[in-house]
Amino acid sequence: MADIKYEDMREKLDRIDKYTNIEEPCKKDKTAWECVQLSRRVNRPGVKEYIDLICDEFMPLSGDRLFGDDHSMLGGIGMIDGRAVTIIGNVKGSNLKENIDVNYGMSHPEGYRKALRLAKQAERFNRPIITFIDTPGAFPGLGSEERGIGEAIATNLKELSTISVPVITFIIGEGGSGGALGIGVGDKLYLLENAVYSVITPEGFASILMKDPSKAEEAANIMKMTAKDLLDMEIIHGIIAEVEEGAQADPEFTASLIKKTIIKDLDNLCSKSKEALVRYRLNKIRSIGSTVETKSKNQILTKVLQKLGDEI
Amino acid sequence: MSKTIQCPSCHEEINEEEFLKSNKVCPFCNYHFRLKSQERIDLICDEGSFKEVFTNIKTSNPLNMEGYEEKLEQQREKSDLEEAVIAGECKIKGEDALLCVMSFDFMGGSMGALVGEKITETMLQGALTDTPVIICTASGGARMQEGIFSLMQMAKTSSAVSLMNKCGVPLFIVLTHPTTGGVTASFAMLGDVILSESGALIGFAGPRVIQGTIGEKLPDGFQTSEFQKEHGFVDAIVDRKDLATTLNYLIRTHKG
Repeated sequence: MADIKYEDMREKLDRIDKYTNIEEPCKKDKTAWECVQLSRRVNRPGVKEYIDLICDEFMPLSGDRLFGDDHSMLGGIGMIDGRAVTIIGNVKGSNLKENIDVNYGMSHPEGYRKALRLAKQAERFNRPIITFIDTPGAFPGLGSEERGIGEAIATNLKELSTISVPVITFIIGEGGSGGALGIGVGDKLYLLENAVYSVITPEGFASILMKDPSKAEEAANIMKMTAKDLLDMEIIHGIIAEVEEGAQADPEFTASLIKKTIIKDLDNLCSKSKEALVRYRLNKIRSIGSTVETKSKNQILTKVLQKLGDEI
Repeated sequence: MSKTIQCPSCHEEINEEEFLKSNKVCPFCNYHFRLKSQERIDLICDEGSFKEVFTNIKTSNPLNMEGYEEKLEQQREKSDLEEAVIAGECKIKGEDALLCVMSFDFMGGSMGALVGEKITETMLQGALTDTPVIICTASGGARMQEGIFSLMQMAKTSSAVSLMNKCGVPLFIVLTHPTTGGVTASFAMLGDVILSESGALIGFAGPRVIQGTIGEKLPDGFQTSEFQKEHGFVDAIVDRKDLATTLNYLIRTHKG
């Protein structure tokens, strides 16, 4: 601390200001690979632990009404600080038996369709939606393909982009590719400090682009998949702090910050009109990864939204 | 003596003239050779009607990934294409439409920010001007060199479909070989009508990945367009020679 220059400190403080909740500015930065490993720890708190710590009450709901109930996708209605919310999240399991039951958090189409059913139910009853992401990706298997995993994820992306209630997403562990995005389109997106979010696993990246799966560590460091990278690239809205050793060492600490963030965001988002909420969300989604620096970036979208008026 | 082309599927020799007349479909086993983007445009659009749009959108290197720019340059030379998608206005047997043609020849048709942008802008333009949109897909999935930005294109393109739905403007998808990954899990599966070419590989996870999961040989015909139609995810498998007529019929019957 002693040898940090004033300018460096100032820059660091400015950056910390951008982080929602980091309260320990001098915490040692972890490498991307350390985050990958922490995010996958078996004892890392999952959606069930956070629900227990955040909600006053919670009732799980089952099934997609089409095929079955995918245990890897938890859904239900909770009460947070006197407010009813729908909660959806990936379950990885905390022991081998559970891990197998939920395919290590990899959902089949019925999981995504259950999530959509509960999201549409939330919309009908004007309940905000909170999602907790922790999955290596959607399940790659025969049944998954036969029942249309691509269609299931695609439909969730389409529907969540214009759903008329607030959607707040926390990536609490692994945010793996389309399987994560399938419950991750919304108004606010946060990563826990040691969570990761990427288009492919570092192992996959290393094996495909570097032709050497053993280079996963190197891959993780160039993929820009950590909370800090994603905040710098304006993909996420903020970082939820964990204690130095990681969330498993003090789940209450992280849960209290998640709860604070939910309450603050809902106060803000619930005060907006439905039209304003959806317009804001669509503009945000539209702007990500724009490849051309023109002023007209969102011009056509603005005109389409004008054309639709209140019918959005 | 005219030239012949050997079919990689049934190994029969195909007379070149016949090969071109059949739009590069094997007359013996119905194997569909890959069409170049321009050939696809010529197949669908009225002669001289295709006008490319959104040419101002350029590829960038958002993660500053080493070697990506060189790779793009190589791909441009190799494929004679600027990027993995071409968008334009056209007429299909007299009907106005907006058309996007993806090409597997350019970086495996992978969806980076440029592909997402062009497809999104085309759909929004369609929604705004009440012009039907047709997208011919061919993609191995996300453009890994663009990391999280490529993943976000799935959300971006799908949100544009939502707006097309709300504006009552139809989206027609033509799945061609192969269409997988992030493209399958976004706009490709969201068409009001989804057509496909025969024998195309259509799926989310790649066959090798699935084989790794189940540890046994995949069933015959798994993830083909015929498989997708049987499982309810494709409306119709259309012959190349009938594609323009079919799209024209769909445009005429979706005018509300």
